[in-house]
This record gives sequence, C-alpha cells and structure tokens, in this order.
Amino acid sequence: MKPDDPGPTGYNFAYLDEQTKRMIRRALLKAVAIPGYQVPFGSREMPLPFGWGTGGIQVTAAVIGKNDVLKVIDQGSDDTTNAVNIRRFFARTAGIATTERTTDATIIQTRHRIPETPLAAGQIIVFQVPEPEPMRRLEAREAETRKMHALEEYGLIRVKLYEDITRHGHIATTYDYPVMVNDRMLMAPSPIPKFDNPKLDRNPALMLFGAGREKRIYAVPPYTKVRSLDFDDHPFEIQKWNQCCAQCGATDSFLDEVITDDRGGRMFVCSDSDYCRQRLAAGQRAPADQPDSAAASVQAAT
Amino acid sequence: MYVAVKGGETAILNSYRLLAEERRGDCSIPELTLTQIRQQMGLAVDRVMTEGSLYDPELAALAVKQARGDLIEAIFLLRAYRTTLPRLCYSLPIDTARMTLRRRISATFKDLPGGQILGPTYDYTQRLLDFSLAAGSSVVEPVPAATAKQEPVAAPRVVDLLNHEGLIEPEAPESGDPVPRDLTREPLTFPAERALRLQNLARGDEGFLLGMGYSTQRGYSHTHPFTGEIRLGEVAVEIVPEELGFAIEIGEITVTECQMVNQFAGSKTEPPRFTRGYGLTFGHCERKAMAMALVDRSLRAAELGETVSAPAQMPEFVLSHSDNVEASGFVQHLKLPHYVDFQSELELVRKMRARTPEHKAS
Amino acid sequence: MNTETDTPLLRVSGLTKRFGAHSACCDVGFEIFPGEVLCIVGESGSGKTTLLKCISAQLQPDHGSVEFDTRDQGLADIYRLSEPMRRMLARTDWGFVFQNPRDGLRAGVSAGANVAERLMAVGARHYANIRHEASGWMQKVELDARRIDDLPDTFSGGMQQRLQIARNLITRPRLVFMDEPTAGLDVSVQARLLDLLRGLAADLGLAAVIVTHDLAVARLLAQRMMVMRGGSVVESGLTDQVLDDPQHPYTQLLVSSVIQA
Repeated sequence: MKPDDPGPTGYNFAYLDEQTKRMIRRALLKAVAIPGYQVPFGSREMPLPFGWGTGGIQVTAAVIGKNDVLKVIDQGSDDTTNAVNIRRFFARTAGIATTERTTDATIIQTRHRIPETPLAAGQIIVFQVPEPEPMRRLEAREAETRKMHALEEYGLIRVKLYEDITRHGHIATTYDYPVMVNDRMLMAPSPIPKFDNPKLDRNPALMLFGAGREKRIYAVPPYTKVRSLDFDDHPFEIQKWNQCCAQCGATDSFLDEVITDDRGGRMFVCSDSDYCRQRLAAGQRAPADQPDSAAASVQAAT
Repeated sequence: MYVAVKGGETAILNSYRLLAEERRGDCSIPELTLTQIRQQMGLAVDRVMTEGSLYDPELAALAVKQARGDLIEAIFLLRAYRTTLPRLCYSLPIDTARMTLRRRISATFKDLPGGQILGPTYDYTQRLLDFSLAAGSSVVEPVPAATAKQEPVAAPRVVDLLNHEGLIEPEAPESGDPVPRDLTREPLTFPAERALRLQNLARGDEGFLLGMGYSTQRGYSHTHPFTGEIRLGEVAVEIVPEELGFAIEIGEITVTECQMVNQFAGSKTEPPRFTRGYGLTFGHCERKAMAMALVDRSLRAAELGETVSAPAQMPEFVLSHSDNVEASGFVQHLKLPHYVDFQSELELVRKMRARTPEHKAS
Repeated sequence: MNTETDTPLLRVSGLTKRFGAHSACCDVGFEIFPGEVLCIVGESGSGKTTLLKCISAQLQPDHGSVEFDTRDQGLADIYRLSEPMRRMLARTDWGFVFQNPRDGLRAGVSAGANVAERLMAVGARHYANIRHEASGWMQKVELDARRIDDLPDTFSGGMQQRLQIARNLITRPRLVFMDEPTAGLDVSVQARLLDLLRGLAADLGLAAVIVTHDLAVARLLAQRMMVMRGGSVVESGLTDQVLDDPQHPYTQLLVSSVIQA
C-alpha cells in the first residue's frame, strides 16, 4: 500500500495521515536525542479510547512500514482482549504481518511487560504509558514537574523513597518503578513490574514510550544506561517466586497467579505466553513435585 | 493440567454481535432515522457537535444513533472521525453581532435596543410530564405569522453598550494579533493563554463545567456574575479564498453565545471596570455556554490579581479534567487487565503482613 | 568565593519595588558580612516583608541590585544569574524560614524526611546516614529525635518551627532569611526559640536577615538592625545603640511604646 493511498478501509496506511506521522516522528527524534525526556506532542483522537493505548498506537503507526512484523502483548500475553484489539487494528489499517513470537517481531507494542526473551538490535519496543510523569502523585502541577526535570531537582522522589523505607522497611513501589536514564533524566518506565526494570538497562533495542492522553512521547536509545532508584544501603531488588512455572518449569520469568479453586488453591504460570510456549516446544516441563502453592507463594527478599 | 484460556479474538467478535443486537433493539419496531434524531433530538445533536468540535448535524445524529443515546460515546465517535478530516482553510471569526436572532435575553437591563426575545426555551415551562407526547399524536400549533417572522432589528451586544461608556474591560486581541494555537493539533501546556483555555472549555464536558461554574456561585471564589447577554441564532461562516481576495459566505451555523458581566476590578492606575466571561457553543447549548462563561472568568483570577484559592480558579485543575473523552477513557481503562501489576502488589502486601508479627515481637 | 575579609556576603543597593503607584521599598541599601545577624524592624505596611522577598530572589525589584558572594563567581547580582543557579543557591547556600511553618514543611511526610530533603536533593544516597544526620539535627534544634518518623502536624507550632529551622540548616547555608520566625507562638515558646536561634547562629557562624515587628527579637538576636517605615529605612546601626539611644522620632516612638518588662 502506498502512503496516503486510501486502502479498503478508506483510511491511510496505519490510519494516521502522513502529516501526523511526520509530527510524531519529529517528536520521537527529539525524544531519542534526550533519553528519558518527555516531549509534548499533538496526540490525536484515535478510534480507541484514551487510556487504552492510543499513545502506543500512534507511535507504532508513525514508525511501522509495510515490511514490518508486529507483535502486540498486554500483561505479557498476545491473547488478552486489548492486545487482540490493537493487533486487529493494525492488521486492518496497515495490512502488515503479525506474529506472536518475540524473536520474529520487528516492532513489539506492549502494555505492562517486557518480553522475557532478550531483544535484539534492530527491534523496536513501544510501551503504552498511562502516566508519563514519575512525580505526578507527589506534585500534581505540570508546570512545577517540568521545572524539576529541567533543573534536575529530584529531591521530591528521593523523599518519597525515604518515606517508604521509613514506613515499610523497604521501597513500596512495585511497578512503574522510577528510573534514572543516562544519569540525567528521571523517567517513568510505564507500569511494568519492577521485575522488568533490569531489562531496560543497556537494551540493544530501541525503546519508545507513548502517552496518548497525557500527550507525551519519550525514548531510551539502544545501549543506554538505565538505573532504578534506590539507596546505597537499600539496593533495588526484583521480585522472586518460590515456584517455577507450572507448565514449562521456568524459574526466571514473571509468574502470573491463577486461582484454581475457592479454597485458596492457586498455581503460577509464565506471564509471557510466547516464552512459555517456546519452552514447552523445546521440551521443558515443570517438575512433577511442585510444592503446594498457597503457603509457599512468597519468598521474603534477602 | 492448567491450560491458558485463549479465544480473546472470538470473544471480541461475539461482543460486536451482541452489541449490534442491543443497539437495534426489537426488530419489529421501526428503526430510528437520522432525520428523526436531528429533528426531534436536536439538543442531543447540538451537544455532540459542541463537544465533538465538529459542526455537522447529520454526522452527529449518526453518532447519537450508533452510541444508542450515550452522548459521551457519541462525542468520542465524532472526535475520532474529525481526526481523519483534511483541513482546507480557516474561516474568518464569526461575527455574533450580525446574528439572525431567534433568542436574545439580558439580565442586566430591563430593556435594551433590539428587545428581549424569549425564543424557544424551557425556562418558563412547568416541568410536568406531558403525556400527550407519549400517545404520539401531539399537535403543535404553529406560531402566529406576525410574531414568527420578524424583521431584523438592530440589536447591539450589551457588552458593546457598556463598552461605549468605558464601563467594561475592553476585549482586545494581544499585540500583533497572534494566531491562536490549535488545541486539536498541539498539546495543552501551562501557563495556557486565554485563547487556548476557551478552546478547552468549548470542548469540555458540560456536566463538569456546570459543577465548576456552580462552585463559583456557592463561594468557592465568587465572581459576582450577571448575564449580560445570551444570544441564539444563525451566523454566517465566511472564508477568504486566495484567488478572490475577499470574503464569501460558505454557509451558516447556529450558535449560542453567553457574555457574563463580572466583578469589577481596578488598580492604582486603572479606574474600576466590569470584567467578562465568555461562552460559546454550537447549536442551542445554553446551560453549557453559561457554565463556560462562569468558568472562563474564574480562570482569569490570577491575571486579574485575585487570590487563587478555589479549584475553579486553577487552570491546571480545570483544563486537565474538562475533556470527557480523556476522562472517560482513563476512568474506564481500569477495566483492562492489570493483573501483572496487581500480582506485584499482592506479593508486597503478603510480605508486609508476614513481617508484622516480627515487628510486634521486637 | 572571595576570601578577603572585606567582601560582604550580601550587598543590597538602591533597592526599589513598587506595586502600582505605591512604593513598597524605596532605595534601600545595606551589607551583611559572614556571621552577622541583621534585623529589619517595622510595623505592618513598612515594606519589610517585600524587602525580604526581594533580597531572597522571590520577588524581582524594579530598581537596584542584590549581590551575593557566590562560591565560584564571587559577588554576583542574583537577578543576573540563571534560574538554575538561583534555585541551587536557594537549596544550598540559603535558607528561608517562613512565618508559618506549614509553608516551609511538607505536611505529608515525616519529620525526618522533611529535615533530610535538602541533603537528598544534593545527592545523599545512604539511607542510614541520611537518617542519622536528620536525627542529629533534630537534637540540635532540641526536638526529641525519637519523633523522627512522626508527621509534622503532630508537633506543636513551636516544634514545627524548629523542624523548619533544622530543614534549612542541614546543608549549612551561609545566609538564612527569616520572616517573623516567632510570630504566633506563646511568649515562653518564643523565648526558647530565640535562645536556640542565638546559639545556632553563634555555633554555625550563620549570617541571617530576620524580619520582625518585635524589638525584643532584634535585641536578643541581632548585632545590627534597620528600622523601616513607609518603604524607607529611617534608622540603622548597632542594635544596642539604636534601641538605647534612638535618633529618629519614629524609632523613639517604637522604642517607647514597647511595654517594659
């Protein structure tokens, strides 16, 4: 399909008109030039509601080409309704190939997870972002947070982390855990679990973040330093499980809890459906003697 | 053995079918036509056009039909459609002084040039359900010809009258008359100049603005408003094509305009004058135009040297939350799966609870 | 930073600020040297608070200059510095104690977080050390360090004021501005707070500019004082001299109207 050629749906390739795509790409270039910096952009009203991934969709629509292969996941799975919906949207408006295999994708649009399979140079991962401002809950005023970023005044977030340790003994943020990008910008990595934060650091892929409702775009170029905030004596830690995936036996992936009966029975399975599937296809299995779930479900850190 | 549930796509397709059934309702009942909606649900159409930022009664009626009367959903449909429309040119600003008036009232003067025209309003009806409408056989008596057809009367705007005496602050464009920024093309940033604020308010949710406007009347920063004037009628839309170099009329639209006259302000160098609030909507959305005017004035608090203490005076608060398409999207996005993040929280809470006996012991 | 002893820490010249036709401050000038405490005394409407805001970079004057002895540029006009530099000064070399402690504290976080914020803002990263510092400063301002995790509004007004002081002093600013620091407190609480301030100023070699309507504050804390009236300085000099032997009729009036204990 040529650009600006109304396809069968009557819309341009990937829905957005070329002017809009250019506007978004200019914003993306600025974002890549200043890793972690939130670039305001003229977010359009899309056929999906704000809050449902319009930012991610606009970013993907601006960078996708007819030879791209798109993977869309939500909560790590290709089959959740929202991921299905967005994949269908691009299949209809761009006619591009789609895949569920992380290794086959050139563009991965994601909500709330980074795939377990390490990404490669040349891949683009697009994050759906509900709230781009990491300090928003501490400071509601945009005019003020903008100044704080410009002047590198990040005392406020450190106060919040200090307070967490004071109240809970450890930092109480478990997702959308704030990071320092390139030793300069404080960034919200989107509501990925903190388990996924280490994957941000020096990732070979290009990482793009789109917040449609809040109208901000930001980016982390490949191989950029990304460090989760912590204190020297309270270092950042990821979640751990006592168990492995009940299907493929993986011990290194983020596990979803599935309730199996009304007596507290539960099991844990890989959140990343593709990762689990690949392991199963390679003959990996969970050991037969899995400890019972309820009691052993949480391991205390350290 | 546990098998992950698949079939999201099938579920979605089935949901479309169920929705189509619900939308159509009982097939033995005649289907609504767009003409019926335009004619008999005009105020719904007007609201959708106003908050959808698109003047097209036919499309708005279609949106209302497709959304089964859910106006916020209809507004969303119209906005999404608007995104795809090419822009041909900019019109001249409409001149409400040249409006063909169908309704014109002022609370500030008992009588004034052009008179008070009540027009089609619910204001003086008694809110008694009219069961003759239920029977579907209501007969509307035509308005007598003498009063129905009026010669255009000179009806200068009240604020212009006050302006002659220098009693009200002049409404002058900024020096250089800069082109206003387009809120549908650029993100809102703060501080937001008045032109941008007015755009935001024009597109803003009527209910939200009504509540905000109401709060100013109840003491959350009072601006002592008087309704200077409300006008309803048709105005010409004109463009100046490059090849011609002069203005031509390409059509007309119906608008409702409200000008509030507010608390006078003065300073050591300036004598006291009344200040203004402005509201404008497509069609006949009077409540919205009035609420908008109240909030517009309230948001000018800082500029007029007033103490900012109430939410209706805070641009960041009002303008960030006025858009019902944004608000609806974000509120309802909570329906999307959040179980991965919830998993993280579960783990934390379990861990904290497990430690509590230790704390108590030490 | 200039090490010559004759370089003032702060130099104000010809400072004028108007609001419409009204002159809040007219042609005010003075100098402060390291370790000096200066009190600006006046009734409400005298212009003292406007002056304080102008010299602490909160309000831009219409005329005149405010020069501060910066660490790397020497004496520099603060209004010619970039905003990042000004904000950095406000966080490190300066302190500002508000009349109402609620304006100078974060209500939603603990006393410890309040006191330690500036440390964290300039890069402190060790939780235990930060907490230790905060605890130490709470003790210095005579607060019970065991209350380090309590929220500010569980402290009395006088204690909140001490918290505010600790929060400002933790980065050892060279110059502290105070706006009526004891107003609104009980007399005995005021006295204890003034004693604390006097001790801290002496121990830390702080320079301070204190705005007050209360001559007793000036008497107790300041080596020098300025009397303001209608936007102008009517008299200035060593505190004891001005209070014991006032020259200007207005000063005489002020002094004589203070109820002798």
